Amino acid sequence: MEFGFTTAAYVVAAVLFILSLGGLSGQESAKRAVWYGIVGMGLAVVATLIGPGTGMAGASIILIALGGAIGYQLAMRVQMTQMPELVAAMHSLVGLAAVFVGFIAHIELGRVMAMDVEGRAALEGFAALLSKKDALEVNILRIELFLGIFIGAVTFTGSVIAYGKLAGKVNTAAKKLPGGHMLNAGAAIISLFCLAAYFNGGGAFPLIVMTICALFIGYHLIMGIGGADMPVVVSMLNSYSGWAAAAIGFSLGNDLLIVVGALVGSSGAILSYIMCKAMNRSFISVILGGFGAVASTQQEIDGEMVATDTDVVASAVEEADNIIIVPGYGLAVAQAQSSVSELTKRLRAKGKNVRFAIHPVAGRLPGHMNVLLAEAKVPYDIVLEMDEINEDFPDTDVVFVIGANDIVNPAAQEDPGSPIAGMPVLEVWKAKQVFISKRGSGTGYSGIENPLFYKENSRMWYGDAKASLDALLGRIS
Amino acid sequence: MIIGAPKEIAPGEARVALTPASATQLQKLGYECIVQSGAGEAARFSDADYEAAGVKVVKTAATLWKTADIVVKVRGPEAKEVKSIREGQTVISMFWPAQNGDMLKELADKGANVIAMDMVPRISRAQKMDALSSMANIAGYRAVIEAGNNFGRFFTGQITAAGKVPPAKVLVVGAGVAGLAAIGTATSLGAITYAFDVRPEVAEQIESMGAEFVFLDFDEEQTDGAETGGYAAPSSPEFREKQLEKFRELAPEIDIVITTALIPGRDAPKLWLEDMVAAMKPGSVVVDLAAEKGGNCDLTVEGEIVESANGVKVIGYTDFPSRMATQSSTLYATNIRHMMDDLTPEKDGQININMEDDVIRGATAAHAGAVTFPPPPPKTKAIAAVKKEKVKEKTPEEKRAEEQAAFKAQTKNQVTLLGAMAAVTLLMGMITPPSFMQHFIVFVLSVFIGFQVIWNVSHSLHTPLMAITNAISSIIILGALMQIGSGSGLVIFLAAAAVFMTGINIFGGFLVTRRMLAMFQKS
Repeated sequence: MEFGFTTAAYVVAAVLFILSLGGLSGQESAKRAVWYGIVGMGLAVVATLIGPGTGMAGASIILIALGGAIGYQLAMRVQMTQMPELVAAMHSLVGLAAVFVGFIAHIELGRVMAMDVEGRAALEGFAALLSKKDALEVNILRIELFLGIFIGAVTFTGSVIAYGKLAGKVNTAAKKLPGGHMLNAGAAIISLFCLAAYFNGGGAFPLIVMTICALFIGYHLIMGIGGADMPVVVSMLNSYSGWAAAAIGFSLGNDLLIVVGALVGSSGAILSYIMCKAMNRSFISVILGGFGAVASTQQEIDGEMVATDTDVVASAVEEADNIIIVPGYGLAVAQAQSSVSELTKRLRAKGKNVRFAIHPVAGRLPGHMNVLLAEAKVPYDIVLEMDEINEDFPDTDVVFVIGANDIVNPAAQEDPGSPIAGMPVLEVWKAKQVFISKRGSGTGYSGIENPLFYKENSRMWYGDAKASLDALLGRIS
Repeated sequence: MIIGAPKEIAPGEARVALTPASATQLQKLGYECIVQSGAGEAARFSDADYEAAGVKVVKTAATLWKTADIVVKVRGPEAKEVKSIREGQTVISMFWPAQNGDMLKELADKGANVIAMDMVPRISRAQKMDALSSMANIAGYRAVIEAGNNFGRFFTGQITAAGKVPPAKVLVVGAGVAGLAAIGTATSLGAITYAFDVRPEVAEQIESMGAEFVFLDFDEEQTDGAETGGYAAPSSPEFREKQLEKFRELAPEIDIVITTALIPGRDAPKLWLEDMVAAMKPGSVVVDLAAEKGGNCDLTVEGEIVESANGVKVIGYTDFPSRMATQSSTLYATNIRHMMDDLTPEKDGQININMEDDVIRGATAAHAGAVTFPPPPPKTKAIAAVKKEKVKEKTPEEKRAEEQAAFKAQTKNQVTLLGAMAAVTLLMGMITPPSFMQHFIVFVLSVFIGFQVIWNVSHSLHTPLMAITNAISSIIILGALMQIGSGSGLVIFLAAAAVFMTGINIFGGFLVTRRMLAMFQKS
């Protein structure tokens, strides 16, 4: 009876989760969608506590409340520029939880296997579930929990490193230990042997060795990936945390875990795919190495960079009717979103058409720029995707490129020898005038020269983005 | 050092090489500026304006030539000016060294430096000092205005209560800087504009200015303009015939013809012949911007307007930029200012003629007592050097065939993928127990739903999507909750830790998503 209720609750929760993700197709429906998610989660937890969860319900609630308090603090304090770090940190928790749950399943399995028939009959809760399994099912269970622990461990260290890189606590440059990917491959092979050993013997030792290997793979894999590939990394880890949940769901025989794990896993996979597509790189090449690994001959660039000052920018803006702003990670670094918003407000008040063009990989997280601009109260209907706005550049008078580099690099279209050849980019150079706000004249993260800076209609507007924009605001009433 | 601008002595020349604005910039480079009294008068820059900009005004040309270390001029120096040029002095002007060889020799012998603004190479970096382009731009604009002045009708078509007015038809021959400026002006006045050029690669530029490119059906391989430094090269007699034939065909319809065809170092080609003028309607206008080099039109008389027997006016003015002296002086002075910028790398008010620099080398006609003209070809290529591969327009059949092929390929991919997945699933069903398969079905369907649902998520909501998936992936808490009551101390500890961590995640994830979504506002 109790279990029937639980299953029913799970079905409702699963439907709510699906609706919650589906609701994110629009800004307005998304506000409702969060509530679906929250209700679904609440229902699932309550149903588990009064259903298959045996005992310690009070302690569990206290723990959840404690964790919830911390989560609340985090969610309310985090700056929107720090969203990538927060997301990465949260992935690591899911990964670690998956590892713990997997180990518990292993310990319990060992305990149950050691018992005789009467002992088994007396068991309750989770152990009772395990006791009903036959030999084949136990073997399957071992593979499942092995996979769950493996993916969870990779997710854990990977996310911790990604967090470190995004928060600036770990050097963001791509770094590899001597041996490179051979080390990863070696660790993966050892894990495979461990699987065989665990499958046959079932001892804790191979499981622990595998966990260490997986932790290493997570660490080393993400260390080898540079800053600008972070959107892919974060969405990949998102995907992994889902698959880990699904694998654990299999080993626990819990359908809701499987459903949610699969939803999250496929969501992360699609995000990774979109990010890779936006960089015209295969998933494998992102994982296996940075831009630096691509040896090629780039075209020489003719022309010179022409610097400009705020007065020139101000008069160009005064005259312009159509303005497009292209933000990049530099905007987040300089915390310039509110200055941009204020500029937008003033220009729109003058009847100018101001819009934002967002490249899918701008920033360090999918959709990062949208959130930043939303925080600064830029209305979302003037924030457009690359495909929506790319055709409008030829009719645009002034384009501001703020802290972006590779996503506006014309070499992607013009120079087949460029490492980013074929990557879809925002065609800002087709506008009448482009102002590029940049800290210095160096190349961006990828180390690729940007011919945009040398074009006749480009002007370099050197300086900190926020300081530059504030100076410009001073000249626009 | 002192930069000085004398009053131009050529008759009718209204321009001046130094404006108050450019003087301010030159002073920032460390130079002192002087100007002859009244030099800017014709261009509406008064002596008082100059003085306000910190420029010293000197009475006579003689004092100016004596004081200035660098003399900036519009036209090249004339015989009496040459006398006052001394050793070590630098003269910057439109010198035309190819035409003024003797004078150049004389100046070189004197030890003066000559920088010819007309010799600035046509490379991107030098565009800011390309005086020929800035003057041509003005000439093109003014040519249309002069034509309008002499044309008895509107440019734009109108339907008025007093009857219908047809739009004027303008043909621009030669789409260089002047030609393009003329096209832009004519189209913005509302005329129907056609343009012709022997360089097929400029068709795109012509169309971008709003004119129609007069297409010539001719097979011969055309010389790429880029090979000749962005200028046109002489064409073959057959090509010329074909071209004239086309013009003859157009002549009766065209109201205004603006010819700008020039080939460097040669007389202007005759492109608008007597019979074409005769074929035009009375009241039509021909503006010949090549009049100084003999003209593109048979009837052109340099510096004058002549009217043909059938009432077509042929304008042969050569002083278009000078007719807009304020504008052209401003641009020319800015060109000079940029040139000085490059000549003064240290910004210390000392001129440094660096013969290693492509642009400076190209423009310098005499340096350190020697004639340095003609310059070697520049190391960097001309602007138009990148030739674009023409993308062939696809026929509808080809497009349809392509679409079909793409559809077939897609179907094939999908079927293969489905087949492979079905095979794997079947294989798993063979070896795994039914209890597993039950869960597996749930898993596969969920992945499917996930893919369908997530594709619809708006790009702008990807960050909230990650946060919310993060929160719901903490569903793993169910596992921990199920286990916490079962078993020993270690189990309880691990499960408690997992519950605690996922608790952080659930609350943190949902709340931060809510916070983010609340920020998205419509305008």
